[in-house]
Amino acid sequence: MAGQEQVRPTRRGGDDDGPESDGGQVQARSENLDQDVDSILDEIDGVLESNAEEFVKSFVQKGGQ
Amino acid sequence: MGVERVMGIETEYGISLTGAPHANPMVLSGQVVTAYAQAHGVRAARGSWDYADEAPLRDARGFEMGRSVAHPSQLTDEWGSDDDPTLANVVLTNGARLYVDHAHPEYSSPEVTTPRAGLTWDRAGELVMQEAVRRLAASPPGINLYKNNTDGKGSSYGTHENYLMRRSTPFAQIVTHLTPFFVARQVMCGSGRVGIGVDSRVPGYQIAQRSDFFETEVGLETTLKRPIINTRDEPHATADKYRRLHVIIGDANHCDVAGLLKLGSTSLVLELIEADAVTDRLSVRHPVATLQAISHDPTLTHVIELEDGRKLTAVQLLWRYYEMVDARLDQTGEGEQPHTAEVMRWWADVLGKLERDPMSAAAEVDWVGKLRVLQAYQEREGLAWNDPKLKAIDIQWSDVRPDKGLFNKLRAAGRFTELIPEEEARRAVTAPPEDTRAYFRGRCLERFPDNVVAASWDSLILEVPGVRALRRVPMMEPLKGTRDAVGDLLDDASDVGELLAALAAAD
Repeated sequence: MAGQEQVRPTRRGGDDDGPESDGGQVQARSENLDQDVDSILDEIDGVLESNAEEFVKSFVQKGGQ
Repeated sequence: MGVERVMGIETEYGISLTGAPHANPMVLSGQVVTAYAQAHGVRAARGSWDYADEAPLRDARGFEMGRSVAHPSQLTDEWGSDDDPTLANVVLTNGARLYVDHAHPEYSSPEVTTPRAGLTWDRAGELVMQEAVRRLAASPPGINLYKNNTDGKGSSYGTHENYLMRRSTPFAQIVTHLTPFFVARQVMCGSGRVGIGVDSRVPGYQIAQRSDFFETEVGLETTLKRPIINTRDEPHATADKYRRLHVIIGDANHCDVAGLLKLGSTSLVLELIEADAVTDRLSVRHPVATLQAISHDPTLTHVIELEDGRKLTAVQLLWRYYEMVDARLDQTGEGEQPHTAEVMRWWADVLGKLERDPMSAAAEVDWVGKLRVLQAYQEREGLAWNDPKLKAIDIQWSDVRPDKGLFNKLRAAGRFTELIPEEEARRAVTAPPEDTRAYFRGRCLERFPDNVVAASWDSLILEVPGVRALRRVPMMEPLKGTRDAVGDLLDDASDVGELLAALAAAD
């Protein structure tokens, strides 16, 4: 990052409490994500394709636009 | 104006038949379109698309590529026999087009006027694909669809945005000021990908699905030598008034906030360019290499070198665009428009999070949300980036099924910030937007399905009982044919002949 120009963001209204009044809710949601990492993994474990190697190998696509 | 303009999203879905990786993808894609169409009593034949006004080889820089030198995949307006299932094509009552594009099923959203509506009708497309998959599952092994943009083995397929612009804006201005924005935009809108390089030969994680597939700065192609700025000049509207900017560099988004920002910030930067209000020229040295370097750096510390010698990170460069847009909105007073204000709030929120700690944007930005899950697996199981399990998570993340798709599972569990209520997306599966010509197209399909012989973005061909000649209704103005203009006529007409008479009288 050394040698970079400092760019000062200006923000509409000058505050940074996030979109609308649910800034707090969004924040809470991120923290939730931290606490619940194990439960996320459990949820995913339950549906993950059992043979990852075979699954990845068989996902072959033709190019598109 | 502000953020509002005619726009839309085309999404090509990845497709696979379990246990048969080399099954013909065109045939499979045809089955997807046909399964949905038949269930809804819609004819799925190529003949139902009116190609009269398509011109995929016309270049915005003012010339046309010869058909003999074009790659066959560029001839998107040529077709074989009508009964070929791999050429299946339908227009839905919501005004969207569902068809086989090359080797993928594609849903092209109807024309909308706000980023929020763009998201809503793109989500409707996911629901359409979900239903097709559910119906096909009745004959095992079924066909699965993925809302992503690469197989990680060298192939990519697109999610294209379209923005209606004034023809009078010089194309060179668009190239100059949009290129730096597109090089950096991925940090807000990338969908994340396991593997570096088109065929993932270097283990690692990168920000965008598409970035490694871009080879040039400006060009007409979309399937090879992909350019940051695509010059396809096919306005699907009055050509001397409008151009349709065809953007091929974006990823397919799952996160509402990232999707809103993709459409919203781009529309606002285009407005800045159209108004000739770009006050800081941010031209980037080596745009293609820089695009890839940014994508390969999830720490967001990569330093971009500008042609004038300045050095900025992608987030800092996006702040410069934000500030110019903000200043412009102060002048026009359009910053107070609800749709514009919503985009500006999220734009500042997400840049602020990415700048403080990229991982704090996990509920808003796809690549961050995906990375967080992958890192959790890495920590728990000590997996390296080339572990098949991580690659499998990357692919399954985008499975469209609610019970198998990892993003869908996590969204249902409330892990992501949602802007579009599920019921709005469900309604958009059958209902068209009300403020563009998509309303007329969709409602005609709903009211008189047997009389619509063919449709396209800018025309409908109708068969009137008792009349020999077919009637072609041109729709060259995207903002005509709205509910306000033709809603009553459509509601009141008892047959298509009455509708045409009422339209003629109203003209």
